[in-house]
Amino acid sequence: MTGYPSLFVQAAFVENLALSFFLGMCMFLAVSRRVETAIGLGLAVLVVQSITVPLNNLIYSYLLKEGALAWAGLPEVDLSFLALITFIGVIAAMVQILEMVLDRFFPRLFIGLGIFLPLVTVNCAILGGSLFMVERDYDFGESLVYGIGSGFGWAVAIAVLAGIRERLKYSDVPEGLQGTGITFIIIGLISLGFLTFSGIRIG
Amino acid sequence: MESPATKAFRNPLVNDNPITLQILGLCSALAVTKTLATALIMSLAVTAVITLSNALISLIRRHMPRNVRLIVQITIIASLVIVVDQVLKAYAYGLSKQLSVFVGLIVTNCIIMGRAEAFAMKNSIGLSVLDGLGNALGYSWILILVGSVRELFGSGTLLGIGILPTVSAGGWYHPAALMLLPPSAFFLIGFLIWGLRTWKSEQVERSEFRVLPAGGSERAP
Repeated sequence: MTGYPSLFVQAAFVENLALSFFLGMCMFLAVSRRVETAIGLGLAVLVVQSITVPLNNLIYSYLLKEGALAWAGLPEVDLSFLALITFIGVIAAMVQILEMVLDRFFPRLFIGLGIFLPLVTVNCAILGGSLFMVERDYDFGESLVYGIGSGFGWAVAIAVLAGIRERLKYSDVPEGLQGTGITFIIIGLISLGFLTFSGIRIG
Repeated sequence: MESPATKAFRNPLVNDNPITLQILGLCSALAVTKTLATALIMSLAVTAVITLSNALISLIRRHMPRNVRLIVQITIIASLVIVVDQVLKAYAYGLSKQLSVFVGLIVTNCIIMGRAEAFAMKNSIGLSVLDGLGNALGYSWILILVGSVRELFGSGTLLGIGILPTVSAGGWYHPAALMLLPPSAFFLIGFLIWGLRTWKSEQVERSEFRVLPAGGSERAP
């Protein structure tokens, strides 16, 4: 790990959550018919991801990790098996709060993002981001950069796919490959394209 | 005429397959198919979770207030996944390291939530268990098929045992490295869907537009 810019590029392109870890696929396929809605969902994922990954990092390192409760006088307690259920709870609560805050203070943004926010709760990319943060032992700064980077990468990927699918409407796809089948093959091709980023190193 | 029990069990195998038709639970399906062993373990884990969660949710479905049902379902599923995760860490540590975050991600696997919401909330325990098993098998056979193809052609082995002797080991087979990379999983599932829909043509999706034949005038439908 050589600094934040390289971590950002790594998270956004080389290890793109959608294209190389297959996270958030269900929604990736379902909400990529039109560019506008795809960008809306992408933004929602970006926002939620950049909040929940650092937040979960704080909770994990000060409450759940082995020896993390030393400040409360309980140095032997290891609650890391509760990580999964805590993260899901935090994500669901965060989405709910975000929804209320947007509704109150940024009503226009709320109208744009509103329908996507509840969907984001069950998006594997969000939970996956938090779990990767634990597995790779990021500190707070790194997890902030990782959250923004991976959310950004997911948003770019779904926008690209929606752009291609919008054009594809007019093309003559073989029977049986129509719809889902051809979409998988397109994602495969985009994913091949993203593999070329793996040579890039910054910092 | 099929009884509801056989229907609940057999429908998800091909006709209403969770992966190829309902497009649910793809996240984990694609990621763990690099080798057959991980695909098998993942199938077992999902089978256990989906069957038990369907049974438990169906058991308490009459006592759940409607507006908190999602939270109750998520909590049940998350607890089951934690148990599976701990069991895997205890008895198959190497494999659980290879599966990394994907065991945890069973929580957000849409198949499980989807079946809980669509089936277990409305049906008796027996039927729900059968439906869970059926969906799990429909998910598993695709995972196992894709996993076998990727491992066999990507590294010439199955479950780590050499089948095709590779060049580096003195044989004749050049491993197709693409099979070990993420794009191949997308291609394989894409072609699998194509194959299935050619066989079961009622699953074909209609296109939004139709290309007219060259020359102009539209054919009679």
